[in-house]
Amino acid sequence: MSTMPRYTRLSGLEPLLITPDLLFVNVGERTNVTGSAQFRKLIKEERYEEAVEVARQQVANGAQILDVNMDEGLIDSEKAMTRFLNLIASEPDIARIPVMVDSSKWSVIEAGLKCLQGKGVVNSISLKEGEAAFLDQARKVLRYGAAAVVMAFDETGQADTCARKVEICTRAYRLLVEEVGFPPEDIIFDPNIFAVATGIEEHDNYAVDFIEATRIIKATLPHCHVSGGVSNVSFSFRGNESVRAAIHSVFLYHAIRAGMDMGIVNAGALPIVDDLDPELRERVEDVILNRRRDATERLLEIADRYKAKKGEAQVENLAWRDKPVRERLAHALVNGIDAYVDEDTEEARLQTTRPLDVIEGPLMDGMNVVGDLFGAGKMFLPQVVKSARVMKKAVAWLLPYIEAEKARTGDQAKSNGKIVIATVKGDVHDIGKNIVGVVLRCNNFDVVDLGVMVPTQKILDAAREENADMIGLSGLITPSLEEMSHVAREMQRQNFRMPLLIGGATTSRAHTALKIEPHYGAPTVWVKDASRAVGVAQSLISRDMVDAFMAKIRAEYAEIRERHKDRSGAKKLVTLAKARAQRFDGGWDAYVPPAPSVPGLTVFDDYPLDELIPFIDWSPFFNAWELAGRYPAILTDPVVGVQASELYRDARAMLTRIVEEKWLQARGVIGFWPAAAVGDDVELRAAPAAADGTPGPRLATLHFLRQQADKPVERPDFCLADFVAPAGSGVQDWVGGFAVTAGIGIDAHVARFEREHDDYSAILLKALADRLAEAFAECLHQRVRRDYWGYAVDEALDNEALIAERYRGIRPAPGYPACPDHTEKDTLFRLLDAPDNAGITITDSYAMLPTAAVSGWYFAHPDSQYFVVGRVTREQVEDYARRKGWTLAEAERWLAPNLDYDPE
Amino acid sequence: MTRTPTWLHPARVAALEAALAQRILIIDGAMGTMIQTWKLDEGDYRGARFAGGYDASHAHGPQCGHDLKGNNDLLVLTRPDVIAAVHEAYLDAGADLLETNTFNATSISQADYHLEHLVYELNREGARLARACCEKFEAQTPDKPRFVIGVLGPTSRTASISPDVNDPGFRNTSFDELRGTYREAVEGLIDGGADTLMVETIFDTLNAKAALFAIEEVFDARGGRLPIMISGTITDRSGRTLSGQTAEAFYASMAHSRPLSIGLNCALGAADLREHVETLARVAVGHVSAHPNAGLPNAFGEYDETPEEMAATLREFAESGLLNLVGGCCGTTPAHIRAIAQAVHGVAPRRLPGDPIRDAA
Repeated sequence: MSTMPRYTRLSGLEPLLITPDLLFVNVGERTNVTGSAQFRKLIKEERYEEAVEVARQQVANGAQILDVNMDEGLIDSEKAMTRFLNLIASEPDIARIPVMVDSSKWSVIEAGLKCLQGKGVVNSISLKEGEAAFLDQARKVLRYGAAAVVMAFDETGQADTCARKVEICTRAYRLLVEEVGFPPEDIIFDPNIFAVATGIEEHDNYAVDFIEATRIIKATLPHCHVSGGVSNVSFSFRGNESVRAAIHSVFLYHAIRAGMDMGIVNAGALPIVDDLDPELRERVEDVILNRRRDATERLLEIADRYKAKKGEAQVENLAWRDKPVRERLAHALVNGIDAYVDEDTEEARLQTTRPLDVIEGPLMDGMNVVGDLFGAGKMFLPQVVKSARVMKKAVAWLLPYIEAEKARTGDQAKSNGKIVIATVKGDVHDIGKNIVGVVLRCNNFDVVDLGVMVPTQKILDAAREENADMIGLSGLITPSLEEMSHVAREMQRQNFRMPLLIGGATTSRAHTALKIEPHYGAPTVWVKDASRAVGVAQSLISRDMVDAFMAKIRAEYAEIRERHKDRSGAKKLVTLAKARAQRFDGGWDAYVPPAPSVPGLTVFDDYPLDELIPFIDWSPFFNAWELAGRYPAILTDPVVGVQASELYRDARAMLTRIVEEKWLQARGVIGFWPAAAVGDDVELRAAPAAADGTPGPRLATLHFLRQQADKPVERPDFCLADFVAPAGSGVQDWVGGFAVTAGIGIDAHVARFEREHDDYSAILLKALADRLAEAFAECLHQRVRRDYWGYAVDEALDNEALIAERYRGIRPAPGYPACPDHTEKDTLFRLLDAPDNAGITITDSYAMLPTAAVSGWYFAHPDSQYFVVGRVTREQVEDYARRKGWTLAEAERWLAPNLDYDPE
Repeated sequence: MTRTPTWLHPARVAALEAALAQRILIIDGAMGTMIQTWKLDEGDYRGARFAGGYDASHAHGPQCGHDLKGNNDLLVLTRPDVIAAVHEAYLDAGADLLETNTFNATSISQADYHLEHLVYELNREGARLARACCEKFEAQTPDKPRFVIGVLGPTSRTASISPDVNDPGFRNTSFDELRGTYREAVEGLIDGGADTLMVETIFDTLNAKAALFAIEEVFDARGGRLPIMISGTITDRSGRTLSGQTAEAFYASMAHSRPLSIGLNCALGAADLREHVETLARVAVGHVSAHPNAGLPNAFGEYDETPEEMAATLREFAESGLLNLVGGCCGTTPAHIRAIAQAVHGVAPRRLPGDPIRDAA
């Protein structure tokens, strides 16, 4: 009878079979509040969405098991564990790997185990509290279907010597296997890694003790695993990251050879042992292997040489300039250095027979390294864009020679494939699309970028003329979703066969699956972010890969459609009448709305940019570059901190030039009008002309949507109209509006950067202009509260408090969650005369031009708040259509993302 | 090291293991679609005890009244003749194992009818009724033992999927709630004489883990076990359970219960199930089962794969060495089970890989 090999089988959504081939299983540790200050902060502040992103990054960076720990005094650890595990269970790209439930409290471990459908790992159990407790916990672990980390800890304490480690692990193993019937392959021993080189002689042998104990445990206790927290070993060198990394590398090298096969390691940060400076390696090995009495002193002697000093400008290391030109080009590409690119490219060109050889040889080799590092999560987006800048400059240098060569021989460069990309009609946002273009070009795709606001037919004609291999659509505002669906239908009708890629901030896998893919017969794929674009494009272009890839995508989308169908029956919205009955009560009997100090319009021409800088919310800036985290913590983040800091320095430098050289002009307009709520509408009148304050003639009616969620009675179903005193209440209320931009004059500078092949600076400038526009909106809102409306004269909040919206009143924008209908911008812009007063216009899809612009309404009610309208029923859409004077079909088109039903 | 489980009914386990060693065993087919052919009305479902739409023998009153038509599990109390007739039709068609009519006999599902208090009784009577049918047939053919599978259905809730798209962290049930309701059902099934327990139609593995936990608790309390059978459901052609697991990940999540068998049922027809049954046959230490639907539902929600078509597909499974147990789910009839039994007759059962636990000793 054949025997099935005895391997540990863990699972998330997918299996993890731990075979010897895996060599070492990497446990992701950033989702641990005791190990990561950033994660602890997120959990403490209940910023779970961002906490989930940390998990996602861990998986993307190659974690094979996700360690989750919520042990912190100020956190309700059981609740946090449950909440977090339930949240990541809904993220297929995270939930695919097994979870390690990590806590020193058994109740927290049990709470975690009750959330895992997969087979996870408990971290940890031990003999610390005696045999009875150990056996009881082990039985439960088995019953919950998990593996267990077993600490080398018993009633008398933690094992430090090799003999004690082996003794405790052996005793635990016998108890588990013989008493409990625990599968031996599901036992993972943690024989305690302690710090060496502490100056205390008794500690000198700790690494050797661990390594030797590992060797004995693996030899005598069949099928088990050995794990540990590697960073402990170098604890005495904290502050000197390069020496710590060297210690980890050397330690792991020896421990893995002894049989350690799992651990908590920041794998991306580990140098390869063979790449270590030989002197450093030798002295580290002396310490780890305890080879000489003076090992610690000798390592200390040289340690400072490897330390990157804080605050001191790092002297540029130009040693790479002495290498052969091929390696210099690779170095320049990987490190994004464009200072020498012309001379190096020229030198390379002179060494080859054809100028194209430089591109297809050293340059592509370098870019492949960049692509690999990026794909492996070892490089981040800003670095890649900088690498692309070097590449573009090198290609620009070669171009005249290539043209001459082509004229002579007819040779063409080979590319991976050609893609036509565009931001769809009505939308003007292109930062994401440009980044995708850059990343694809880096990977040797031929990219034809049609720009923004591109009508369907123009995209399709261009794709045909260019003989493109695929089309990529981008968009940011919600009407673009509908437009993309339209492009897909047109491609089908016009018999296109090329794949269609969908991307942009409001797009989603679900929307693509439900509303785009069904309309187009050829491959249609949602691309989550720029980092995924290359993989998707390569899979689609490859004859070998495309079928399997699309089979997977189509199955995923079919599943989403299935689930959507299942869910639509289950969700409960209340009738419009019930929602209206549960409206927010403004307490109009007791509340006197403030009258604005400056009614009518106020125009701001050329607002001083330097006054806006303190109002900048930097976090979205980093997110635009796909760096996850909050400012300012992101600057010191262990994963992206270095990149974030560099990006931030570049941004501040450019900001200084933007202000000093007046690259951009900020313009805006605000206004206030007498207002009264009529149902879910708000009627605005002209500001009073007469001295008695009687409002002037009717100016406009604003239309709002109401939440229809089934809520407990004490929680209202909100509508923005609720924040305005109703007509007939005898109370005179007001509503304000604003439109601001910081993007006047940006085009000339973007064009200049693009001419210089500097996408990095072009994207940086656009992202900064967006931030300045948002800062302008925040700044004006504060001045409105203090002066122009003047209901919070004494407000004194710092920028952090402003970002946290700790002020009275709100400024919701048409097209965003509280008032999702973009078309209301028509009314707003007419009231403000925004095109003349602020230089801002709107497109067919109600995107604003310049792109760096913000507009919205002001409400002053002390209890006014932001909310999400969410899904609405056909009943409300019909009602809304009546109020807007639309047909039902028009209303359904503009409210498409909010519909609770399938129109048609 | 070998750990021999303490069985509640050692002789019946020995008979079942002996039969499994010899041939592919036949599980019965669908219950719901068979009940439909009786065209039962509200009165049939209510019987005398529930004539007012509520349980007259319980501290209930008319205010607890509810239409009961469609509560098929209740028929073991009100129309046991119908359920027995279906059971016997399957035994006559060649089934070795009968599934109890207890798919929805959990407090979560019975809450729809205000009959949560019946959970224990429904399971006990469901098992008792199936056991009696088996005994009737065993008396005729003593050399062919028949077995009762005590069925634990999935409930209508999911412990690892949020029912609210806007709040992925939300759950409408919990591990402990599920564990409680399953525990009650398990007690009833054991007291009614079930030979094995099957956690089946698993679309959320966490629900099944709660069921397995409850089963172990009951075994602990009684000082003995029944063999456990497990059957998951691949919801569509994506090849995953509703909660997103692949077949192999599903196996890893269930293996700790050391099941007598693991397999797949429902949702897909036999042909679409093949690759996933093959995955289980490759990785599973124990026996492998399949009881697919009679094809995919057509436009009218009916299953129209004929007995011959389904039997031919499953015969290929058997010949490829994938099966130890086979039967039918939605849309199958005694005619399907008869055809399947004939098709796999004489085909050797899947060979078990060496059991690593025993071999490690």
